[in-house]
Order: sequence, then structure tokens, then C-alpha cells
Amino acid sequence: MDETPSASGRSNGPALSPETMKRAYRDMLLVRRFEEKAGQLYGMGLIGGFCHLYIGQEAVVVGIGLNMKQGDKSITSYRDHGQMLVAGMTPRGVMAELTGRSGGYSRGKGGSMHMFSREKEFYGGHGIVGAQVALGTGLAFANKYRGTDEVSIVYFGEGASAQGQVYESFNLAALHKLPCIYVIENNRYGMGTSIERASASKDLSRNGEPWGIASRKVDGMDIFAVHEAAQEAVEYCRAGKGPFLLEMETYRYRGHSMSDPAKYRQRSEVEEMRRTRDPIETLKAEMLRSGIEESVFKDIETDVKAIVADAAEFAQTSPEPDHSELWTDILVEA
Amino acid sequence: MASLILMPALSPTMTEGTLARWVKTAGEAVSAGDVIAEIETDKATMEVEAVDEGVIGKTLVAEGTQNIAVNTTIAVLLAEGEDASAVDTVTRSADPAAGASVAIETPADPGIVEAPEVAQAENDRDWGETSEITVRQALRDAMAAELRRDEDVFLIGEEVAQYQGAYKVSQGLLDEFGEKRVIDTPITEHGFTGMAVGAALTGLKPIVEFMTMNFSLQAVDHIINSAAKTLYMSGGQMGCPIVFRGPNGAAARVGAQHSQCFASWFAHIPGLKVVAPWSSADAKGLLRAAIRDPNPVIVLENEILYGQKFPCPVDEDFILPIGRAKIEREGTDVTLVAFSIMVGVALEAAALLAEEGISAEVINLRSIRPLDTETIVRSVKKTNRIVSVEEGWPVAGIGAEICTVAVEQAFDWLDAPPARVCGLDLPMPYAANLEKLALPKPEWVVDAVRKQLRD
Repeated sequence: MDETPSASGRSNGPALSPETMKRAYRDMLLVRRFEEKAGQLYGMGLIGGFCHLYIGQEAVVVGIGLNMKQGDKSITSYRDHGQMLVAGMTPRGVMAELTGRSGGYSRGKGGSMHMFSREKEFYGGHGIVGAQVALGTGLAFANKYRGTDEVSIVYFGEGASAQGQVYESFNLAALHKLPCIYVIENNRYGMGTSIERASASKDLSRNGEPWGIASRKVDGMDIFAVHEAAQEAVEYCRAGKGPFLLEMETYRYRGHSMSDPAKYRQRSEVEEMRRTRDPIETLKAEMLRSGIEESVFKDIETDVKAIVADAAEFAQTSPEPDHSELWTDILVEA
Repeated sequence: MASLILMPALSPTMTEGTLARWVKTAGEAVSAGDVIAEIETDKATMEVEAVDEGVIGKTLVAEGTQNIAVNTTIAVLLAEGEDASAVDTVTRSADPAAGASVAIETPADPGIVEAPEVAQAENDRDWGETSEITVRQALRDAMAAELRRDEDVFLIGEEVAQYQGAYKVSQGLLDEFGEKRVIDTPITEHGFTGMAVGAALTGLKPIVEFMTMNFSLQAVDHIINSAAKTLYMSGGQMGCPIVFRGPNGAAARVGAQHSQCFASWFAHIPGLKVVAPWSSADAKGLLRAAIRDPNPVIVLENEILYGQKFPCPVDEDFILPIGRAKIEREGTDVTLVAFSIMVGVALEAAALLAEEGISAEVINLRSIRPLDTETIVRSVKKTNRIVSVEEGWPVAGIGAEICTVAVEQAFDWLDAPPARVCGLDLPMPYAANLEKLALPKPEWVVDAVRKQLRD
């Protein structure tokens, strides 16, 4: 968490120190370049199956990540690469899982949608829309059961908001005052169905109201706004006041998955978002205004490109899992 | 350095496509995310976006070209400051397929699944003194013992705490362990099951009580997709030590939605263990083992058995291994294989057969998955006949699996085709007389054995 005020105060967010802004810029750029590379490897046939990219939504996970501490848990859907990188999982291990290699986090047995890290308290990576909401509520339950002040961050899309178990979870979390932050990443489209066509509730941030769940609607393209809201939510949960709901208004630039031609929206809509609302460019402009020099960005870019290139190289050279892996990890040997 | 733009795969199954249109042509600057070209696949027209910034040096494939294989070079992208001469260098030196070919090898032959190796010690051990207790008491005692033993164990479900259990199985537990560890939930199976699985992924050890197993269907996604598969999908990092328990099978006069056996459903799933106790000793020993097991375990109880008394070891350490069957009655002419309440039916049938001079061996499976095929096969090799007895439906049921085991592993010892006695293949009727007609009874088993001996 950032304590130091800086010159870059904004009306809609708290000041972030130059160091925090640099870290946020670097993390967002890492997610973006990583995802672009994943898209490229998918195109080369090195990544198979489903692959859902996070490009456009980087400010959400990075802004929340700024407020997480050791022991906090996170869980999300299948659009999970960004969450993993921000949780501190290595780009090498994530990319090698995408290519189905032995160096991947699940040794090639999970793939893009199913990755976990016990060490980094990242609980997946779930392919069933909405399942992570009940599971994430359980992570918060475990925090409370153990008497810690750790919180559970539960990411899901506006599409998942139509699942019944989301509201069963809200009820349970509110009843038990669980330290659970529900983050709706509203990127406007659940696969090809726009929010207008999918939800009778026009303001998702109010979806927890019947259970008295505190909430905020947030500009998810603005890292300052995300950071401020996350700070409030985390403090609320750590204080034992119960769950908090954040609706992040964000946007994905790419299709739902790699094989989505995205004909349900106008190209111009995507271009307009990229041109005017891009989270990385928005932060960069703010940093420049605060006096951070252009060379800083070049250095970060070079650094990030090298990390991603290294991850891609590793993901292509790491061997495929041994055939013996087929029969391991089905049951824990008692 | 100049880089190659390759024909991308735009779906999991795409191997080639048509380059419909170039959106950018040689000399044009592009930045990451710009659309360079449109490609038609058999499913859709897709846009190819630039991954890097640069200038298109050259396009190598004409518009309209069909059947372009994935990974064919379609254009060259020049980096900042490079001129067109870099195009030739890069196209000559680079092998576009380098690094892109992934050897597809045939997976290892799973072969015949071997019987699980489990410690026989507890199963064969003489636990000494017993006392007569009901199955209900045995289940409660098992939970109480494990709640005392391990702080990470908790019980959660509808009416388990203040109400003392819808079937009084959790009687007294709230008083002893408090509301932190004996937790009432709203009527929200999908929600509380998902929550319990999430807690288990962190290492806690929930016992999830379904008021009846019928309601587990509301939560079946979490049992199968979240609990059973996470260990595998996480490469062994994240196990799920959880118990799902509740009464299974037909009760009495509760109709179709509350009278069905889920043994076959759950036994189908790799990553789950499934046990089905019959006696009080089974109930106590298997439930304790289930709670200690680091994997998700389904415990299929039976409402009608809850009130029945059986001798149960009083030893405080009494526990049974999962994966071992028990021979309840030894015999030489036919093997009857049953689980849960049908063990009683099989024993009654064996008594009737004895009156006719037929010696039946009765196996109480105790565990459905893993299945103790070793005990089944050894028995069949002795008796040369096998009849499975289950309350569930015949199609793809446990009986089908047991008969297959006998055929695959003891075919030459069989003197008659294996036979199944099952519940009738219909939704359970309400009317008392019809319900009675739908469930297996000892006479059905006797008939099946007689037929085997006659043929």
C-alpha cells in the first residue's frame, strides 16, 4: 500500500508515489506484453484449446494488487493470466503451462484456464463460470475460521453475475461477515452477449444490496480509481465488517477467447476505448505530467520485453510432461 | 530486427485458412493491436492483429490465396529504422516452423486398472470388545471423535447445529464443539458446498452434510469439477480434503425425487472416493477414515439403517481402511456382492438359499471407489458364480461394473453368466404397494441364484 503523497494528485483518486506508479506501470505492461505474446504463441499453434486474454483490463488486477499483502488469497475465472502474474507467479511458469509443458505451474496438466499456486495463495483458474465465486467465499471463510485478517479477492465477470451461486455466496458471506472482496470485472460482453442483453439489473454494483453488502462502482480503466476503491474495500474487510463488492467498468480489447471473431461489437468501439481510455496510456500520461522522464518508460519496456521473451523461450524449450504424469495427482496418497 | 508475421491459428482446430484481405500493405506503419489482415476459416472471418509495432516490409501472400497452412510466413515486419533490405535477410535465414512443431505422441496405455493396494491391517484386525449401537450413533461418534482430534475439521449443512440434524445424526455436536465448528446453513446447497470446497482447498477439512444426497445434485458441479479435479489440474499442489455425506437411496414413501441411489454417479469420477456403510462398525470406521483422508470422499448413508443396531468396536482408535470389502458370510456356491442396505437383503437371501442347501458368500463392498476387485475376484474363483445386489437402477450401475470385473478377471472360473439384481428402472412411485414392487428383496436374489444353478 502506498503512503507517500506525490505531485500527481488526481481528483478521482489518491496520490500515488512515483515508485508505486512505476511499479503499477511495469506490472500493467508486463500483463499486456505477456498476453500479446500468448496470443502470438497461440497463433503459432504452440498454445492449444481455449485461451482468454486480459488485454485492456490490466488496471483492475494491478490496482487491486497494490493493496494486497502476504496471505491474501485470490481466485478468478479462466481469464486468469493477469491475476497470476500480479499474484507473483513467474511468467515462465505461467507461459509454460499455456504451452502444456513440464515447466508449467500444473506441469502441463491444467492449461490456460486451470492454474494454481499454493505458495502465492492463488486458487485458480476456473473453467466453470461462477464456480469461483462460491469457492472464493470459502477462501474467505477459511481466513475467518483461522482468525487471520487476510482477505479473499474473488474476480468474476458481469456474465457470471447471472449465475445463481453468486447470490447464494453473497448471502453466506454477509451472514458470516466474511472478509471477501467480490470484484465484478464488467467488460460489457459475456462472450458475445452484451450486458444490456444479459442483465435486467442495470447497475451491477447494487447487486449485493439485498444482503447489505457495501459496494462501489469504479472506473476500471483508471488505476488511480481502482487503487482507491480497493484500498477502501480491503480496509473494510480487514476490519471484520464483512464482504465488499466492487464493480469495475472495464473493457477487453480482444475477443472472448482466441477463436472469437468479435462480430457482436463495432471495431470502432474497441478503437475508441484504446485511444481514449487505455489504462496503461492513462497512467503514463499522468506519470509524465508528474515529471517522470521518458527514459523511465523505455527502461521498463526493455525490461518487460526481456522477461516476456525469456518466458516464451522457456515455454517452448521446456519438455512436454513425461508420460508418467498421466497417472499422478489423481488422488493424494494417504 | 525484422520479424516474420505468420499465418495464425485462430481456433483450437484451425490448420489452414484463406487470406481474404490485406488491411495494411507494404510501407505502412502498424502498432500493436492494429488489424493487418482478414482471414477466413471454415467457421468465421477473423482479424489478424499486429503483435509488435513496426512497418510492414513486404507481404508474401496475395489476397484471396486459399489453404494457407498455419505458421506459413505471410508478411515481414520491419523494426524502427530498418529498411526494406532487411526483408530478404530475414526471409532467407528464418525457418518459420522453428519451435512451432510439437511432437504428438501416443499417451501411455492405461492398460487394465489394477486393484488398489491398501493396508489390510485395520480391516483384518480384531478390534476386541463391541457394543450394540445404532448406525446414527456410530456416525455421530465418528464425527465427534474427529472433531476432537483435529481443529481443522468442521461440520456444515442444513439443520446440523441447533436442530441437531434433520435425522439427528449430529445430535449433541453443537453443544460440545460450538457454532464455529458445527455450522447451520441456509437452504443453499450450491453455495455452501462451493464455500466448503474453497475452504478445503486452503487445507481445512469440512464435513458437508446433505440433508439427503438428492440435494447434492444442486451442488454436483462443485463436487465433480471443483473438488475432484483440482489436485490433478494443479499438478498436485492443491488437494481437497473434504467429506460429503448424507442419506442416499430410497427411504419410505417419499416419492421419486427423494428415493434414488447415487453410487453409480459418484463412482464414475476419478478424483473422488466413495464409501457406503451398512453396519454401525462400517459407519464409524469408514466415516472416520473419510474425514482423515486427504481427498474428497462421498459417504453414502441410508436413512432406514440409521435406527438399526449393530455391534461396533468400542476401541477409541477404531477405524476402517477405504478400499477394502468385508466378507460378511462365507460360502462356496455363489458370491453375492452388495453395499449399504442391500447387504442385509443379500444376507437374508443367503439364509433362504441355505435352507435349499445352497451356500452363498456375501461380500459387503464398504467402498465403491476404489472398488476392492481383489476380494470379489478371489471369491468368484472359489464359488464360480456372482450376483450383484443393489438398490440403484440397472443401467450403467454398480452391478454392471461388478459383473464386468468378474468377466474380465475371472471369466474362466465362471459357471454361469454374472447376474444383477437392481431396483426397477423407473422413478420411484409413492403408493405403498408400488414402491414395494420397485425395490430388490431377498426373493429376487434367490431367484437369480436359482437361475444360475439351473442353467
